Amino acid sequence: MPGVLVFCEVSEGRLKKASREALSIGRKLAEKAGGDLAAFVAGSGAAGVAAECGKYGAKKLYAGAHGSLDNYTTEAYATVLQQVVKDSSPSILLFGGTSNGRDLAPRLAARLNVGVASDVDRLEWNDGKLRARRPVYSGKAFATVDVTGAPAIATCRPNAFPAEESAGGAAEIVNVTAQGESRARVIETKISEAGEVSLAEADIIVSGGRGLKEGSNFSLIRDLAHAIGGAVGASRAIVDAGWVDHQYQVGQTGRVVSPNLYIAAGVSGAIQHLAGMSSSKHIVAINKDAEAPIFRIADLAVVGDLFQILPALTEEVKKAKAH
Amino acid sequence: MIARRLAPPVHGISNAVSAARANPLEVPVNSVVCVTHVPDTESRIKVSGRGIDEAGLKFIVSPYDEYALEAAIRLKEAKGGDVTVVTFGPDRAAHALRECLARGATKAIHVKGDVATADSLGVAKVLAAAIKGIPHDIVLFGKQGVGGDNALVGPMVAELLGYPQINVVTHLEVGEGTLKAHRELEGSEEVIEAPMPAVITAQKGLNEPRYSSLKGIMAAKKVAVDTKSVADLGLSEADIFNQRVVYVSLELPAEKSGGRKIDGADPAAAAREILKYIREEAKAL
Ligand SMILES: Cc1cc2nc3c(=O)[nH]c(=O)nc-3n(C[C@H](O)[C@H](O)[C@H](O)COP(=O)(O)OP(=O)(O)OC[C@H]3O[C@@H](n4cnc5c(N)ncnc54)[C@H](O)[C@@H]3O)c2cc1C
Ligand SMILES: Nc1ncnc2c1ncn2[C@@H]1O[C@H](COP(=O)(O)O)[C@@H](O)[C@H]1O
Repeated sequence: MPGVLVFCEVSEGRLKKASREALSIGRKLAEKAGGDLAAFVAGSGAAGVAAECGKYGAKKLYAGAHGSLDNYTTEAYATVLQQVVKDSSPSILLFGGTSNGRDLAPRLAARLNVGVASDVDRLEWNDGKLRARRPVYSGKAFATVDVTGAPAIATCRPNAFPAEESAGGAAEIVNVTAQGESRARVIETKISEAGEVSLAEADIIVSGGRGLKEGSNFSLIRDLAHAIGGAVGASRAIVDAGWVDHQYQVGQTGRVVSPNLYIAAGVSGAIQHLAGMSSSKHIVAINKDAEAPIFRIADLAVVGDLFQILPALTEEVKKAKAH
Repeated sequence: MIARRLAPPVHGISNAVSAARANPLEVPVNSVVCVTHVPDTESRIKVSGRGIDEAGLKFIVSPYDEYALEAAIRLKEAKGGDVTVVTFGPDRAAHALRECLARGATKAIHVKGDVATADSLGVAKVLAAAIKGIPHDIVLFGKQGVGGDNALVGPMVAELLGYPQINVVTHLEVGEGTLKAHRELEGSEEVIEAPMPAVITAQKGLNEPRYSSLKGIMAAKKVAVDTKSVADLGLSEADIFNQRVVYVSLELPAEKSGGRKIDGADPAAAAREILKYIREEAKAL
């Protein structure tokens, strides 16, 4: 029965957080749109997440359990997922907003001649159509769009939809026999910074700017991030200065993030920076300039010297965690 | 469809005038770069109807497209070949093409139309149709057009043209008939090899885009922009505009009602206060 299909990814035997979030909103949509929630997982370990998919409400798990799909490649995945769409004819197809989800969704959409709403932070089924809200101009505005066509495709913004378990049993496994080939081949994978929490998915981000004065002082940001269990972020000024890699840049030309907690220290709050983080749920800013623009959007504005406050805060966090 | 040169040019003679200064031992590479004209990132957005109010806004070449353009110009300088820039947009988008020509693009195509009412697949169909008429080995995009922030058009064009794609690229090497690129992922990077023609979408870090020079601006004036309509490309307007993804409304976010300010003169007290906020309000520990 047509319903909602979710492209899910697995990491170390578990569904990725972005996939759990997409399944959770997918379950709500299926209740409205009619039909069941189903998951698609590729790679030899696919069947191993049947119980977890079930917990998030999926009735079926389409498992492309081929070794050739163990590593993501665009064309092979598009071919296999296209077959699953054909077999299950869902009315809605969702992707988590991961690198792979965002790579695959547009490729498949063009193949199916349907539209995509990308990076959405709200979804509802409205009068037979998928209605999506998406931040545009890096969060300076919100567009509401209707996605017509079958399936209607959306990629979900990380952290926008809470992952919520329901009381479902293991999903029924449907073996997918289709296989595909990719001309673009991965010849090497380099892990950038092992152990760092990914910025896009992080619940907590500690971000630093030029107020840190020197690259080596970025350790103050790292120390707090480690203590609190968050990811590190940066303003473009210190990325351009070469203090940190550009993958940490938050803002209009960096990553757009919406964590539960964003702590900014020594960041002035230029419009391009605010654009990338203003949708954070709780914002703490530390700046010695009481007039800094970042204070306009901060929930807690701390006027003071980051060189004194950051170490003190890291200590307090460590003490609190020790209890 | 694709005028790829299979053998190295003899005696360095190339069909492209711009190739004259390039290394005669290299096979020329023809690039197409798709560029979009967007409001300056400094802009404050005002809403008008279901779109933005363009009055008084300054428009620029979308920042990620600048990396794509720079990569193509460097290929031209190293190997010869053409760099054709393509945009689909209203009259003002011609300024984006002029800027690209001034930096070193050699040809420009402007497909005119009200792009604001086209969805990403509509844009991709227009670009794919335009690209088919241009000799090319590699088609470059920005990873996303800032503003719309869709990050969809590059992979869509790759599918429509039937090419491999490498998305969010931070490093690019072009060989004979194949290319190698680094694709950025969460916390890792893949090195990917693909046969050409292929589609690349550029990420910050790929290179350092140049500014236009006065000489470039003068030279650009001599290049005629090839202007087309959607119909000229053999496409039906009904399939491009107001299709598939349709705008219902555009809204500004609710103003934040200014938070609480605390004095950090006593760092230990400030730290305790921040921790209290983190635990009790953000519920983050
Ligand atoms: C096309 C374009 C795109 C851009 N995209 C981005 C983007 O994606 N992300 C981004 O961040 N920027 C972006 N920018 C750059 C942006 O305009 C700003 O230049 C940049 O964000 C400033 O970084 P900063 O806040 O670290 O530095 P500054 O603006 O120099 O601010 C440093 C701050 O530190 C404070 N400070 C100094 N010492 C201390 C201390 N001891 N204790 C506490 N506070 C202190 C100062 O009061 C000041 O507010 C972009 C710009 C352009 C033109
Ligand atoms: N109207 C357009 N004309 C030319 N290129 C475009 C247009 N829209 C998008 N692009 C290209 O596609 C990329 C991704 O755009 P988007 O999918 O809209 O975020 C941009 O960085 C451009 O390279």
